[in-house]
Amino acid sequence: MTALNSYRSGPDERGHFGKFGGRFVAETLMPLILDLEKHYKAAKADPSFKAEMDYLLKDYVGRPSPLYYAEPLTKHLGGAKIYLKREELNHTGAHKINNCIGQILLAKRMGKKRIIAETGAGQHGVATATVAARFGLPCVIYMGEVDIERQQPNVFRMRLLGAEVRAVKSGSRTLKDAMNEALRDWVTNVHDTFYIIGTVAGPHPYPMLVRDFQCVIGEETRAQMIEKEGRIPDSLVACIGGGSNAMGLFHPFLDDRDVQIYAVEAAGEGLDTTRHAASLAKGVPGVLHGNRTFLLQDADGQIQEAHTISAGLDYPGIGPEHAWLHDIGRVNYVSATDKEALEAFQLLSRLEGIIPALESSHALAHVIKLAPKLPKDHLMAVCLSGRGDKDIYTVAKALGVQL
Amino acid sequence: MSRIDKRFAALQAEGRAGLVTFITAGDPDLPTCARLLAQLPAAGADVIELGMPFSDPMADGPSIQAAGLRALANGASMKTTLQLVRNFRKQDNDTPIVLMGYFNPISAYGVDAFLSDAKAAGVDGLIVVDLPPEEDDELCIPAMKAGLNFIRLATPTTDEARLPAVLNNTSGFLYYVSIAGITGAAAPDPDAVGKAVAKIKQHTKIPVAVGFGIRDGARAAAIARVADAAVVGTALVDRVAEALQKNIDPAEHVLELVRELSAAVRGVVKAAA
Repeated sequence: MTALNSYRSGPDERGHFGKFGGRFVAETLMPLILDLEKHYKAAKADPSFKAEMDYLLKDYVGRPSPLYYAEPLTKHLGGAKIYLKREELNHTGAHKINNCIGQILLAKRMGKKRIIAETGAGQHGVATATVAARFGLPCVIYMGEVDIERQQPNVFRMRLLGAEVRAVKSGSRTLKDAMNEALRDWVTNVHDTFYIIGTVAGPHPYPMLVRDFQCVIGEETRAQMIEKEGRIPDSLVACIGGGSNAMGLFHPFLDDRDVQIYAVEAAGEGLDTTRHAASLAKGVPGVLHGNRTFLLQDADGQIQEAHTISAGLDYPGIGPEHAWLHDIGRVNYVSATDKEALEAFQLLSRLEGIIPALESSHALAHVIKLAPKLPKDHLMAVCLSGRGDKDIYTVAKALGVQL
Repeated sequence: MSRIDKRFAALQAEGRAGLVTFITAGDPDLPTCARLLAQLPAAGADVIELGMPFSDPMADGPSIQAAGLRALANGASMKTTLQLVRNFRKQDNDTPIVLMGYFNPISAYGVDAFLSDAKAAGVDGLIVVDLPPEEDDELCIPAMKAGLNFIRLATPTTDEARLPAVLNNTSGFLYYVSIAGITGAAAPDPDAVGKAVAKIKQHTKIPVAVGFGIRDGARAAAIARVADAAVVGTALVDRVAEALQKNIDPAEHVLELVRELSAAVRGVVKAAA
């Protein structure tokens, strides 16, 4: 076997990252997925597509998002110099919008008349509802009943934006079931409907195109760090559910082999319990939702429910490119518990005046563990993927505070 | 000649279409399912599809999803599904059995072990919803080598350019999904189905079975006129749920509908080959 020339060349033409990925979908969807791939290739080669995307990212989303030197946090932890990539300042409050802009432009190119999406925390649902409103397309968002309960503010936002939020009552009533239900809708309305998948998972070409649309995070981080510090970061940290903000930050740095990369899974009540969402730490490879990847499943191949305080990480799988990066060891996949995330959530709020999303708090929890052990000239870039306003009810409940 | 090939040849000689019945393995529980399975041929099932329960059946509607969850809650697994087939084969060596479901439980069992155990149990064919031709290396090719028919789905979105790819490596029969949608969805228009089947038949000699949306004898007969077989699933699985609710025997309640469907399908006379 020859050594890998680049970690950035995947997937192959069949959508594989090593043994992961693929196109495990019903025949009804297959022609559409092939068509999407064709249109995406054409769009990538079309300067007008990039121009429209760049325009919307700048004037509608508010990019570039700042790379902020978190001085109080850095001083508090006493080690690495910590920079926060402020994706939470994007329009709609998270990184999700980057991908939605790209996909709605594809939907438009393909002449689709209706948008559907799944959502966990509601951030992707809000971002999808937002671009659907902007482009005047009707939009249906599938969301698990449990998530609707714990993410009320986002449910209301989606409705204000004109989307129909459909409660999913099957299975664990969280993100995985919302994705099943969105796939069912898509199979039924395949002729006119575009499915905006929110993470780097699903059948090829989704993991690739979502990654490409999110790479703006890492590309900006690279340029901004060079501008501020004269060099690229020494380490990167991001949280990971399906893995889109992490992939967006990491991918442009994968071939900079000295850059240490950490992705933080949700360990829920602990990896030694059954209540967590750590697909890489505790899962085994299998096939779900169109791709082969690490999944939380029992010995009989039945999918198990994920558990975490963070609705956006509550998924029993992970994007296939992450599965591959885990397999070959390029990225370090670690985890943080609910408790650690809650502590990080409060710490950042108090030290920096920034209320982070519970998802991003998992990344910060690892920063708290990692940074003190590192020298002061170590540059660490952390993806602050979303803001925590949506989480205040969950956090208040966890802290025993009545709102 | 496989059991499936023999059965379709016999149907053609009889000058009628076949009835393919779907039930979920282990639904509502193993003993009841075994009893139902054993009586399906006598009630008129020409081919039996046995669903392999899966926690996340993305292409199925609420009825079949609920059936899978009932079965799983009562201890169903791939092992018990294969055991059902093994027991069935002790008394019936002619009725073809096709296992239908999703790839993950097969992948977890191990593809090679699954194929050899399924073949030994008396399984004749496989329908795996989330394995399109693009993923043939995963199971389709190994299944063919193991002597099992790999039955593919064609849908209204499968255009003529794509049809040859779908038909390649398909054996036993082709399952035409009459509508773009999930199981248990709206009823298809028999005229449109007839046209689609005729188009498919220009490309292949293998039998074409048509499913999705067939709930009663009249619908089954309409499909029997234009296809080689009618597939009924959700309506049967709904009968299990209904029987549980009414506290009557699920097996007998399902068989009652199978008899009605069979009579309707047999009532359609076609030219014998």
